[in-house]
Amino acid sequence: MQKAAARQPRKFPIVARIENLTKHGDRVWVGLNIAMSLIVVISMLLIGYLLWRDSSGTRQAFGLSFLSPFVESSWNPVDNKFSAWPFIYGTLITSLVAILIAVPLSVGIAIFLSELCPQWLRTPLNLLVELLSAIPSVVYGLWGIFVFLPAVITPLGQFLGNTLGTVPVLGSLFAGPISLSGSSRLAAGVILAIMILPTISAVTRDVLLAIPSSQREASLALGATRWETISRVLLPYGISGILGAVILGLGRALGETMAVTMVIGNSIGASASLLKPGYTMSSVIANEFAEAVSPMHSQALIEVALILFLMTLILNIIARLLVWRVARKSSPGARA
Amino acid sequence: MAEISTLLKGTPRKARYIQSHRGYLRRKSVNGMMLTLTGLLTLLALVPLFWIIGYVVMKGGQYINLDLFTQLPRPAGIAGGGVLHAIEGTLLLTLVAAIIAIPIGLLAAFYAAYHPATALGTALRFSTDVLSGVPSIVVGIFVYALVVKPSGHYSLLAGGIAMALIMLPTTIRTTEEMIKLVPSNLREGALALGAPEWKTALQVTLPAALSGILTGFLLSLARATGETAPLLFTALGNDRFDLVKMIKGGLGAGQSIFAVLGNILQQPVDSLPLTLYKYSQDPNIDRINQSWAVAFVLMMLVLTINVIARVWVESRAAKLRR
Repeated sequence: MQKAAARQPRKFPIVARIENLTKHGDRVWVGLNIAMSLIVVISMLLIGYLLWRDSSGTRQAFGLSFLSPFVESSWNPVDNKFSAWPFIYGTLITSLVAILIAVPLSVGIAIFLSELCPQWLRTPLNLLVELLSAIPSVVYGLWGIFVFLPAVITPLGQFLGNTLGTVPVLGSLFAGPISLSGSSRLAAGVILAIMILPTISAVTRDVLLAIPSSQREASLALGATRWETISRVLLPYGISGILGAVILGLGRALGETMAVTMVIGNSIGASASLLKPGYTMSSVIANEFAEAVSPMHSQALIEVALILFLMTLILNIIARLLVWRVARKSSPGARA
Repeated sequence: MAEISTLLKGTPRKARYIQSHRGYLRRKSVNGMMLTLTGLLTLLALVPLFWIIGYVVMKGGQYINLDLFTQLPRPAGIAGGGVLHAIEGTLLLTLVAAIIAIPIGLLAAFYAAYHPATALGTALRFSTDVLSGVPSIVVGIFVYALVVKPSGHYSLLAGGIAMALIMLPTTIRTTEEMIKLVPSNLREGALALGAPEWKTALQVTLPAALSGILTGFLLSLARATGETAPLLFTALGNDRFDLVKMIKGGLGAGQSIFAVLGNILQQPVDSLPLTLYKYSQDPNIDRINQSWAVAFVLMMLVLTINVIARVWVESRAAKLRR
């Protein structure tokens, strides 16, 4: 910091020239800042507008029945009949599985990283957990198809099909048998869980670290054990922030494309079972958009993208509000 | 000890149990169990990380050879060949994305940092948040509608724009944070000496915040490099992309360097993740083996950028704390 201040400001030739050209450099500077900010704002608005405009045909033709689970669901590019429900269902169910697996895991990890972990171990562990989110999604997919699915998902699916498949209500979700390759909604959900784990645990860790230490000290002074302090003081205190973290993770799960496309099997089956192949909104776009057979087909896919955009938009707004509330609540005297 | 009963929301009977020796032992063992469990969960989360890295290194390492980096793909069924086209494509796409994202991100971040309360500042922060949550496949569709459809063909330029959109939110947010971290007396000092605003920003604030900004930029670059979905309908893929031939051919035919560059920008290109995706879907075993090699190269590239950036930011942060 001091170095930068002490250094004689260097004058690049180009800077000197611009200086001569523009006697009122600040106006140009602020103008450029505003222009670039406008580009960002406009491109956000344009995403919504272009998706809306380019899906007008299907929006008029099908209206709300496009989204409805109750009309006879069909996705038939040849007859130009489209209904997005199978994809919406696939996206929702895989994300639900991912959240159910990832939340307990990530909260545990966040507790360990923020409350228990010795200081020397904290930095390397943080780095490793964050690296999990750095691995490209196609690599997850490749590893999923050839390694993880045969080794874990197929046996797990067989086990779930045998045990839960016969239970009256739940049974329809676990109707087997799972295919030998393991491609299924369950596989997509588990891979998604691994992929969103770093997101949820990093935000939860930050939320826990932001809780004032007076809360911890008061609870410990009353004689509570560390676990009691964590589960009855810290987690309730940070609950809205943790909820925000979960929703951020959910947003990632909804939009994740490549890994899901590679392991979910890509078929619109009649079965709602987790152990059967399915399709998600993002994977149908990835698979069909480049080869859309008719204008109506590509418009239907663009409408699917629009729904996806709106879903993640709403989730993001909710998540930001929640995280922001915690930040405001604990900003005075927050722990560093 | 009456307080603990209220803390634990128990009845008086429960409070008596809690205060008894048996209750104490039980609470202590629950404590030990749960704390151990969180440690085990952390270990469990690291299993996929090491499994993926280990497997890709082992399997991909076998198929790494010089040809992979220097040869174009051979027709299907003929062993050998490489993915030079995808390496060139990834580098070009990253370059185009960086050229678009850096100036926009930097200047917008200066605006966000110094004018947070204005209407545009609020809109900018909101847009950045929304953009960071937009699924990458939706970005792909958007750029298709914005660039590919009007121009009539897939291109490097469209792919670069899509990748830039992926990079922008992270770039803006980290740059804004770093600018805010620069002590305000540095900036005020420069302004008091009569330096104009833009000079203060470029010659005082920017150098002071540079390492943090570079870190954020590298992280977003690493993320964009690994993305496939936004390129599917923008850069499309092109296994006959040959940079050297295009440059030599163009210059040999007497075209100016700008015409050649313009021509390259108009070509569809491949990238490492795109090639990996396509090869992994190929029934040909040579292609699948090559996809492991590509995964190895891609993962090493992305992880190396990540580790460098994160270790760097950690050491900077430690220095600042001192």
